[in-house]
Amino acid sequence: MRNWEMKLVRQGWADALVELGEKNPNVAVFDADLSKSTLTNLFKDKFPTRSFNVGIAEQNMVNMAGGFSLMGFVPFCATYGIFMSGRAWEQIRNTVCMNKLNVKFGGAHGGLSVGPDGASHQALEEIAVMRCLPNMTVIVPADYDEAKKATLAAAEIVGPVYLRFGREKLPVISAENDEFIVGKAKIIQEGTDVTIVACGAMVAEALEAADTLKEQGVSAEIINLHTIKPIDKEALIASATKTGAVVTAEEHQIMGGMGSAVSEVLSANFAVPMGFVGVNNTFGESGTPGELMKKYGCKSVNIVEKALEVLKRKK
Amino acid sequence: MKYPIPFDERELKLKTIQMRKDILLATHSAGSGHPGGSLSATEILTVLYNCILRHEPSEPENEDRDRFILSKAHITPGYYSILARTGYIDPAEIPNFRKFGSFLQGHPKKDLKHGIEIGGGSLGQNFSVACGLALGLKQRNKTAMVYDLSSEGELQEGSMWEAIMAAPHFKLNNLCMIVDYNNLQIDGCASDIMGVAPLDKKFEAFNWNVIVVKNGHNLKEVYDAFKKVEELSKTTEKPTVIIATTIKGYGVSYMANVCGWHGKAPNKEEYDKGIQELDDQINQLNNQQ
Repeated sequence: MRNWEMKLVRQGWADALVELGEKNPNVAVFDADLSKSTLTNLFKDKFPTRSFNVGIAEQNMVNMAGGFSLMGFVPFCATYGIFMSGRAWEQIRNTVCMNKLNVKFGGAHGGLSVGPDGASHQALEEIAVMRCLPNMTVIVPADYDEAKKATLAAAEIVGPVYLRFGREKLPVISAENDEFIVGKAKIIQEGTDVTIVACGAMVAEALEAADTLKEQGVSAEIINLHTIKPIDKEALIASATKTGAVVTAEEHQIMGGMGSAVSEVLSANFAVPMGFVGVNNTFGESGTPGELMKKYGCKSVNIVEKALEVLKRKK
Repeated sequence: MKYPIPFDERELKLKTIQMRKDILLATHSAGSGHPGGSLSATEILTVLYNCILRHEPSEPENEDRDRFILSKAHITPGYYSILARTGYIDPAEIPNFRKFGSFLQGHPKKDLKHGIEIGGGSLGQNFSVACGLALGLKQRNKTAMVYDLSSEGELQEGSMWEAIMAAPHFKLNNLCMIVDYNNLQIDGCASDIMGVAPLDKKFEAFNWNVIVVKNGHNLKEVYDAFKKVEELSKTTEKPTVIIATTIKGYGVSYMANVCGWHGKAPNKEEYDKGIQELDDQINQLNNQQ
């Protein structure tokens, strides 16, 4: 086990919003009564006239932000991922994406690691339901700094961007001065036998898995696929070509998620044996994040198992 | 700006007849589309675009323009007609409505060059956009108004009431919703399917200014209601709703108050009959001179 420095990912998003507020007078925040959880209350404290709380009404939040953007503003909507990507999905599709409005979405508390709140609050579908929307960019930052950089980058993109992050502190896996480019995957560890593509909380798990695999003589290459859409085809094809086997790992439903996106690229370009680590067609439940990640198969041990299994299928 | 122009009842009446001819032409040419709700909103659109909205069709991006948001967005036959007859769209495009390759999509696509502020089609969505736009105008210290055309059917959508709650909360006195209350929807009478009455009391309870128009086809009554909105926008901090009683399919005898004409196109015979009726109305007006 590595000794990780732990930091809140959502703090990165919130700090970036404050930074954006200072340098861009057009940046605004729309809340739906969860600003203390999404930490957008930090923005509100500094820029009260550019912070709007619509109450518990996510559909109205999304489209009010859409109308607000027509006046040249750059609104960031904040709520839990389940309500953003679920409750307001059709608003995001028919109004924001179809009209290519300049609205950003911070989907907080994504994944199982919400913990004790239980299944209703554990969003496990956002990558699937957001990445299928034309004009949408989907980013899943892996740590504090990446969340900060992704939020800053989102403000530069003209059009909708969905940022997914969880509630818990996550290991700091990147350095403050690391380059972050939307749509450019990061190879954070080179290897030759198997590629592990991970996003969000699973990037640190992938690094742990690689340590274990190394002890067993397996050299794993690790890709941090922070941007699910647009997807970095070149990086994925190059790594699959090099290693000949791929495992994906995400704190999300396997169906339609990041792994599906990777397999769409590889099956059409350079098919290799693949394995998928993630939540498998089930809802979560109450528990500590650690208990849930273990029960639902989102730990490094699951990545190791899947890698060894895929290696057996490798020709 | 070219508009608004002074209220002239006879001139406006002629414009409404032209719009009704356009609605029949568009739906007949397409073989589909929504004539009923277009015909019920004809007087509202005609008065609004001619005598109320401050706009300049040669400068569709003029930042001081009043904004019109169509939230009952299936009434494109009426919408494209008013945009054509006020100078945003070439009227010769109308027969291409709903055809492959035409920008006159079945439901509107955002196209500011042609006066379309936002796309639409999914009921319950664009009124929230109108709220956000009104908020944005205030944030930019603009005095422009936002007018949103909705309907009693659309008010069955839950998200409408989220936005109706938000508009007075944010003191959006630069916002006006018009409810085209024709009381017919696809499956029958709105009052049978899912009653929304009493709308005036509901809006009052949600802290809106309420103006009731008893006959949404009476040009003067519609005009007076809009003038009252302008006044209220200056004297109160609330948004204003105009609840206008209308008749679906109004102005074409066989379509009037017939539920089946919500989303059906007239065939050749029906089209010819409708055009004949409307031409007769024009002749009648001219003979009255």
